[in-house]
Amino acid sequence: MADFFQAIDQFPVTLKHWLMTQLGGVLPEWAEPLVSAALSITPILAVFPLMFALTTVIERKGLGRIQNRIGPNRVGIPLTNIRLAGFGQFIADGIKSLIKEDVVPRAADKVVHFLAPIALLIPVLLTYSVLPFGRNMVPLDLPQTGLLFFFAVGASTELSVFMAGWSSRNKYSLLGAMRAIAQMVSYEIPLILSALTVVMMAGTLSLSGIVERQMWHVAMPGIPGDQDGLLARWFLFTPWGLVGFFLFLTAAAAEANRTPFDLPEAESEIIAGYFTEYSGFKFAIFFLAEYLGLFAMCGLGITLFLGGWLPPVNFAPFTWIPSWCWFLGKLSALIVLFIWLRGTLPRLRTDQLMGFAWKFLLPMTLINLVVAALWHLLANSIPLVARWPLCFAMLAVPYWLLGRGFEAKFTKREYRFAN
Amino acid sequence: MTLPFAIIAGLTVGSAIAAMSLRNLVHCALSLVLTFAGLAGLYLQLNAEFVGFTQILVYVGAVAILIVFAILLTRSTEPKDEPATVTPWIGIAVAVGAFLTMALAVLASPVGKRVAAPAPEVSVKTLGQKLMTDYVLPLEVMALLLTAAMLGAVIIAMKDKEGQR
Amino acid sequence: MLGTGILKGMVETAKNFAGSYHDPERLTTVEYPEQRIASKENARQFPFLVHDTEDPMKGLRCVACQICEKECPPQCIYIVKSKDKRADYKGQMQFYPATFDIDLSVCMSCQICVEVCPFESIKMDTEFELSNTDRFGGLLVNKHQLAKSNEHYRKIHPTEAAASDAVLAAETAKAQAKAKADAEAKAAKAAAAAGPVGAVASAPAPKPSSPAAATAAAPAA
Repeated sequence: MADFFQAIDQFPVTLKHWLMTQLGGVLPEWAEPLVSAALSITPILAVFPLMFALTTVIERKGLGRIQNRIGPNRVGIPLTNIRLAGFGQFIADGIKSLIKEDVVPRAADKVVHFLAPIALLIPVLLTYSVLPFGRNMVPLDLPQTGLLFFFAVGASTELSVFMAGWSSRNKYSLLGAMRAIAQMVSYEIPLILSALTVVMMAGTLSLSGIVERQMWHVAMPGIPGDQDGLLARWFLFTPWGLVGFFLFLTAAAAEANRTPFDLPEAESEIIAGYFTEYSGFKFAIFFLAEYLGLFAMCGLGITLFLGGWLPPVNFAPFTWIPSWCWFLGKLSALIVLFIWLRGTLPRLRTDQLMGFAWKFLLPMTLINLVVAALWHLLANSIPLVARWPLCFAMLAVPYWLLGRGFEAKFTKREYRFAN
Repeated sequence: MTLPFAIIAGLTVGSAIAAMSLRNLVHCALSLVLTFAGLAGLYLQLNAEFVGFTQILVYVGAVAILIVFAILLTRSTEPKDEPATVTPWIGIAVAVGAFLTMALAVLASPVGKRVAAPAPEVSVKTLGQKLMTDYVLPLEVMALLLTAAMLGAVIIAMKDKEGQR
Repeated sequence: MLGTGILKGMVETAKNFAGSYHDPERLTTVEYPEQRIASKENARQFPFLVHDTEDPMKGLRCVACQICEKECPPQCIYIVKSKDKRADYKGQMQFYPATFDIDLSVCMSCQICVEVCPFESIKMDTEFELSNTDRFGGLLVNKHQLAKSNEHYRKIHPTEAAASDAVLAAETAKAQAKAKADAEAKAAKAAAAAGPVGAVASAPAPKPSSPAAATAAAPAA
């Protein structure tokens, strides 16, 4: 029984291994690493864009329901009455964007304008190469620098945004790009600092290493390993992990330009921000890159705080579910959360955005870093029951104090004539 | 000289030349970013993963943005048709002279004749420990310098705001 | 505390989300081609020409006076007057439109043509599915397509149609009363000329002049 589930769990790995042994005799030696890489990349390129396509439909349907509308439910199989509940929409959208005219403004900087979507999509896709999608499933395991690779590659998307905004020669594009860059630079700091807390506690930059640290039987620094533990040891279940996760999620939403941080592409103010002057498939690439960036951020959050591909509890029916299903399930849950947030929250103002990053998120991440260190140092002297509330209080009090500044300060407005 | 090295080196040098010679300042900045990325590639070639990715994070992610913002906020990005005011020959001569001197010095030094020592296993942990023990003074001095620079920037920005009122 | 507002909002949207499934009353969407809302009585889209007889072309009330053509703000009406005349509902001889075209792509549904028409002959239709695959000829609507019966008008705008019918009935009655008066005057004249005896018998039989009878007769005429 366990062997069977083990086999399902490792199916993608064994499939790739089998394919490589089959091809081993045929391929020349120099081509083998290339083919191996291609075999690792293919599932990423298949699964995540498909997930993006489905997310666009689910998002529109979900937002519709939140606003008491039905949402898209028409597009199905052409020439029949089968509607697939609207899930043919993404295919129609894809075909539409493929056959649409590609309009480039006359004043645009043609080369930079052409390169910008490519320079945006490639780094976003590269970030997927270090994420562990399941047990033994990480396309590029960088034991020394995994997380650094993710952030380094992710940081270069800012420049692509600038390229798109500047080369369009459109004031809305440039404004959008400026907003996007200012926002991404500001929120990158809390993002990296909250991830750094995990690195500090796990003692490794390797993402698969971080997942392994959240297993039951691996000893954490200062905490002995527990072979028979039933509960998972996700970092989410520690006070610094809990706070860190929400800080990370907030910063990730800003990095991915999601509501409430969607100023760079605020339709009501600057049309579509930095990709206003893009049409057809280039526009689709921007859209794709944005969602893939969000998924990558969610994937990183899962890896850092939600135990990656680990099930929450360590007994039978949960451990039977394949590891990659756990990963994709957690990813879907986070995507649903982001859709829900988008349906709920209004957009921030620029000064609120900057104030929130520098006056709230940054101090909180720094405090979180200190509390995490404290949690680690107190591991042997204070029992868990006392340590948890103590550390949590050390985070909750600054949260309350810092948060007071952001409370809406509304007083009842007195009108001279209308009352 | 391997093929990847040749490609990366060619890219780095080519984009560096483009960064100097292009007339549009934003194009220059973008070429410079390519140079930074090429340098990161060279670090990766030398198995210095950490330095390579830090190069990308710091230079491509932050310094390039700083340059671009500086260009956009200070002057027009429209290329001017006026010819370069300084003839490039003096600069080229100085650059070639400097390069030849350095190359000769490197070739003459005993470094090249030494048998290459096995590359030490430098982990991030070792780097961190070195920074926090042996090189803590330079690190702190740098931190102080950056803080001073930031304070200066804040003061300049604040004064501007008061002047407007 | 910071964040409580967000949580409150999320609860609210979650309520909406779940509510839209178990309580279809919340959904305001009408799934259009299959479901339709009954058209409002005051709805107006595009003009049509009212006719009274079975044959639309013979019974058009329009007399090609071209007032609507001149008043139309975007100048989307094009009328050519006929050479001959024919009797209208009152039996009066009138011109009729040889051509009556309205450019659908230009019309702005302002209803001014209806306001200015003295003959109750042009009215607004509620039909809104007017799209066409031919963007030149298809959008130029001729008098055959414009002609719609008074019954149709009564169906889409009952109140207005009743008022319009009353106006026409009054006109008819007035015309008939005038005809009768004329006839009586003529008969009296003739009688006076011929002598008092036997004059009344030779006068034509008076037509029914009550308004109710006239209203019933008007659309059939």
